[in-house]
Amino acid sequence: MTEGQERLRARRVFEVLRPGPLTTVQDAGRRGVAALGVPRAGALDGPAYRWANALVGNDSSGAAGGSAPGTAVGAASGAAVLEATTGNLALRAVGGDAWIAVTGAPAPVRVDGRPVAWCAPVRVRAGEVLEVGAVTAGVRCYVAVDGGFEVAPVLGSRSADLLAGLGPAPLSAGMRLPLGAPGTLGALGPGSAERSPLAGPPAELVLRLTPGPRRDWFEPESLAALGRARYRVSPASNRVGLRLADGPPLRRREGLGELPSEGMVLGAVQVPPDGMPVVFLADHPTTGGYPVVGVVPEADLAAAAQAAPGTPVRLLPTARLDV
Amino acid sequence: MSGAEPEALGRAAAKAPGRPTVRPMGARALLAEVDSDEQVAALLGDLMQRQHQGLLGPDVELVPAARTVLVDGLTDARERSTLTAWLGAWEPHSAQAGTGPLVEIPTVYDGEDLAEVARLWGVPPEEAVRRHAACSFRVAFCGFAPGFAYLTGLPDEFAVPRRATPRTRVPAGSVALAGAYTGVYPGPSPGGWQLIGRTAVRLWDTDRTPAAMLTPGTRVRFVPVAPTPGAKGEAT
Repeated sequence: MTEGQERLRARRVFEVLRPGPLTTVQDAGRRGVAALGVPRAGALDGPAYRWANALVGNDSSGAAGGSAPGTAVGAASGAAVLEATTGNLALRAVGGDAWIAVTGAPAPVRVDGRPVAWCAPVRVRAGEVLEVGAVTAGVRCYVAVDGGFEVAPVLGSRSADLLAGLGPAPLSAGMRLPLGAPGTLGALGPGSAERSPLAGPPAELVLRLTPGPRRDWFEPESLAALGRARYRVSPASNRVGLRLADGPPLRRREGLGELPSEGMVLGAVQVPPDGMPVVFLADHPTTGGYPVVGVVPEADLAAAAQAAPGTPVRLLPTARLDV
Repeated sequence: MSGAEPEALGRAAAKAPGRPTVRPMGARALLAEVDSDEQVAALLGDLMQRQHQGLLGPDVELVPAARTVLVDGLTDARERSTLTAWLGAWEPHSAQAGTGPLVEIPTVYDGEDLAEVARLWGVPPEEAVRRHAACSFRVAFCGFAPGFAYLTGLPDEFAVPRRATPRTRVPAGSVALAGAYTGVYPGPSPGGWQLIGRTAVRLWDTDRTPAAMLTPGTRVRFVPVAPTPGAKGEAT
């Protein structure tokens, strides 16, 4: 074996034994590239992402801080974690010990078969298997490891973007995920976790709706009734958008023709011709041609990321722009 | 509107004649709407200059589109009100066409829809090629997919409809028309644009800075070339 291979062997890796239905690498996402048609991507549940990183001593900051416009590419975008949709994940620590923490949707966590704490730093020794079971509520678990998952960054971020196909592919069995330099969390150790600041998955999802650019595209009566409408989260929801179903369609005024494509933001509520609102999440397209009736503030989107299909949804229109 | 509804909710700010319409896009963004793609280019240029001067935060993203520029990432009410006031006083003008970098795209004009486009234009296919290659294009905006640029420059009377049934797979490098826009597919994808040709130029490369060859403001010309023997099909 060559010296290079020896070094490679010494490197810490998590080997994927069971990938779960959809597990992706995510960090704070890509910034400064929307004008090139590149979605932001990044963890859907921001607080859970940051909490998982904090528990293992990682930095979650995605701030490009002080760079010139368009040069944010290549800047750090926070430590990368795994976003496991509905859990069901098994990973083996190879090449060294690691601190891990699982946050987000509650799920049983085991190391070599023994139950360990959720939402707390846990030591996984080299050779041991970390298992995250099926979520008991919510949708997305976050698995952080000290040093972060060090897959190759693309345009300044390690996030998988499922719309544009950028970044690492979703996890598959046999994949080996390299870890960054081990942290210094040993001093903290298990039991140091504070109480999780995360709200549980919502029984009813209430999303504030701040003013959007194309309210005038909708019938006034239909628009006025929006605050009273009841929807449910559609099973067709994904990282691109939370789709609302089982509620009244938002009717467009007639004779408006087609809207030329315009820039879209995180949380924009787009209304396609069928009238069923779609709340844009991290992998949303950067431009779109359906009218945006309003925008859900970023602070409300973590709950949206954890709302399982069938969850009742209400929109709460507000005139305020200072949420 | 029902009387219970706050008056300003989602309404555009009062529009001065010829000035941008400022529309809210939630708490952190706004949409400035103008009358033409030339004005979009001019407004984008002026906004970028403001950002260079430090009058807009470094993390603010500017996303041009057909008739709008999205300003996303405003941090507070003061930044929003300063920007809204500046937009209200912005004098519409057209961007100087000759200022962006020029990219030449060698193109084999043998697209599956070339005959249909020529029919819509009422000319033989060779003449359709000559007319397209004679145009000076400019990247108005990107969207649809990373590195997919909407190029303006084709006269409005050459506008063509999208295909009634989109193709499930359009090869990378396809040069295509929709409306008065020309686009080049950076990667294989479904698509409803009319295919007139193909290029071997790599439009999207994440190892390059910028990753997109065609960024807003870039000037573009399509240069007809003969097909390379054996290179028929996907041009990558």
